[in-house]
Amino acid sequence: MDKLLFGDNQFFGINHMSEEKARAQAMRFQKTDAIMDVLDVAYDAGINTFMCTTHDRISDVTRRVKADPARYSNFQFYPCMPYAHKYANAVTEHGMVGALREFMPKDGLLATALTGTKALATKEVDGIARVLIDMEMKMFAGTRAPVVFIQNVFTDLLLGMGFTRAFKIFDDHIREKHGAEPAYITMNMPALLDALEKEGIERPIICSNINKIGFRMSGGYDAYLDALKSGRVRAVAMSVYASGAIPADEAIHWISELPGVESIVFGASSAGNIRGTKALVDKYMGEVV
Amino acid sequence: MSDKVKIAVVGLGKMGLSHFAMVNAHPRARTIACDGSGFMIDVLSKNITTPVYRDYDDLLAKEDLDAVVIATPSRLHAPMVQAALDKGINVFCEKPFCLNWADSQRLTDLAAAKGLIAQVGYHYRYVGAFAEMKRLIDAGAIGRITHVMAEAYGPVVLRPKRTTWRTDKAEGGGCLYDYAAHPLNLLNWFFGTPDQVMGSHLGQVFSEGTDDEVFSTLRWDDGPTAQLSVNWSDESHRKMSTKISLIGTNGRLYADRQECQAYLRKPVDGLDGYDTGWTVKYTTELTQDRWFYLRGEEYSAQLDDFIEAVAAGGAGAVQNDFASATQTDKTMAMIIENAETGQNVGEARAMAPQPAKKRGWFGR
Repeated sequence: MDKLLFGDNQFFGINHMSEEKARAQAMRFQKTDAIMDVLDVAYDAGINTFMCTTHDRISDVTRRVKADPARYSNFQFYPCMPYAHKYANAVTEHGMVGALREFMPKDGLLATALTGTKALATKEVDGIARVLIDMEMKMFAGTRAPVVFIQNVFTDLLLGMGFTRAFKIFDDHIREKHGAEPAYITMNMPALLDALEKEGIERPIICSNINKIGFRMSGGYDAYLDALKSGRVRAVAMSVYASGAIPADEAIHWISELPGVESIVFGASSAGNIRGTKALVDKYMGEVV
Repeated sequence: MSDKVKIAVVGLGKMGLSHFAMVNAHPRARTIACDGSGFMIDVLSKNITTPVYRDYDDLLAKEDLDAVVIATPSRLHAPMVQAALDKGINVFCEKPFCLNWADSQRLTDLAAAKGLIAQVGYHYRYVGAFAEMKRLIDAGAIGRITHVMAEAYGPVVLRPKRTTWRTDKAEGGGCLYDYAAHPLNLLNWFFGTPDQVMGSHLGQVFSEGTDDEVFSTLRWDDGPTAQLSVNWSDESHRKMSTKISLIGTNGRLYADRQECQAYLRKPVDGLDGYDTGWTVKYTTELTQDRWFYLRGEEYSAQLDDFIEAVAAGGAGAVQNDFASATQTDKTMAMIIENAETGQNVGEARAMAPQPAKKRGWFGR
């Protein structure tokens, strides 16, 4: 993995500090051109990886990247699935089973299984999960997407319920069908790491908050540091600035000295902040290639 | 009581699933799941080690529970809470509490008589920014509050669609119960039950069976007047957004999920860090991590408080007790009555204007 990954919260009106700023960003980025302008700044600064939600609008970005292979020869995506709002809305509209049926191929066996009154067999549940994953991956066909994440709300819901077998289904399917590395976003990294190991998933790629002040590091700061030191996890650090609470230089310097952190993911919309973060990562973590 | 709390999460819909995940991950909880409907229960029972029940009566009869979390459709809250309290089981109930506030009052009394922990899931009281707003109000930060605006907007019903319990008024669906309940519960926290409700409008935008937008004017004796403006058919918001603005004689307060902004005309004793002019505090700096994070600290925090209170044998009051949720149920009943009859509900004494200071001969 690259040492620095570019995130997408800023493009979709997600801001953990202010609803006003979130709305201003949503306005600014409602045209794909505005998103591409910022991605181009990041790409030209040497940040080749875009870690993004499987939001419908990302398909506009993948289309543009595919349309200009010369310009974007090193551009790669790290998809993060699912885009939860799509499913939440479908569940509100159609109910749980109805929503799933909406997403299955209309004449397939799985749609039929969901129509029936019989309880679903385990292999049917697995099949449905695989179809959902494939659907989310569709927009990335023809691009480079070497690492695929599960979004934190979904990871943590499965983790909390103890439905950890789902991670194994995801892990196997991403490797076998999509030839990519499965990865996980979570707000509960130490607990997730234990759960993944119990499913036989070794040295997983896990993206979680990792920052000097312990902001949203659920499970405890010390448990995070222990996990990193143990060498059991390939960590991607997010919220390294703790929503602006830590000065940039201090934040990156601190991260760079942690064992186990392979990458940092950050979001920014100004050229200054993008180049600033890139320069700090180069300075403390070695040149990003 | 052993130091583990035996707790059943009943109802595995949108809220119930997330409650279940958080409770199940809690180190002090021994968790059981219960839901009548087929699909989710079928899938879970084959994939998790937690015991799963398909019948509530069966659950209560067979398990010696310390606590239940009730997250079923609102219509079922009253009978299910009653059954749990009758068996001496502590209860956490999803909001709104009961559709008939007489039930809410009765169950509040029953829980109190039995000395049980009885909590309702109004999670906004656990959002750092709103808790800070409450602290500032109680400290008199903005003086005498006269002017209140309480709002909530979000994208729930964006087109005509088939009815689910959430869009059926008789089941406790609709914008009033689902959305407006939250800002109203915050107003109840700050000012109590309103003495008068007037100008209420429960409007339909897309739904046939229930309301999609709510307006109301609430008044408190010798207290503020509040305008309520709520709409769940607003696609411009990514998810539910609740905000409260207050104007008082010494300034203005604003809070939403992310931040609490205060404008003070002059500093107030006992409020460190709040000077003249604007002070902004963010939820991120006002919030502590709990054992598990799923979708916001407030959801974890309310369940953590509940489980810890049960584990402590019922000592100490919890936030969002049944009595406080009964205030909200009563407020919503007043709004419905006002909207249906067009008559003001209750009466409120107007606040007298602040008397001018007596001026000396040369005073200005």
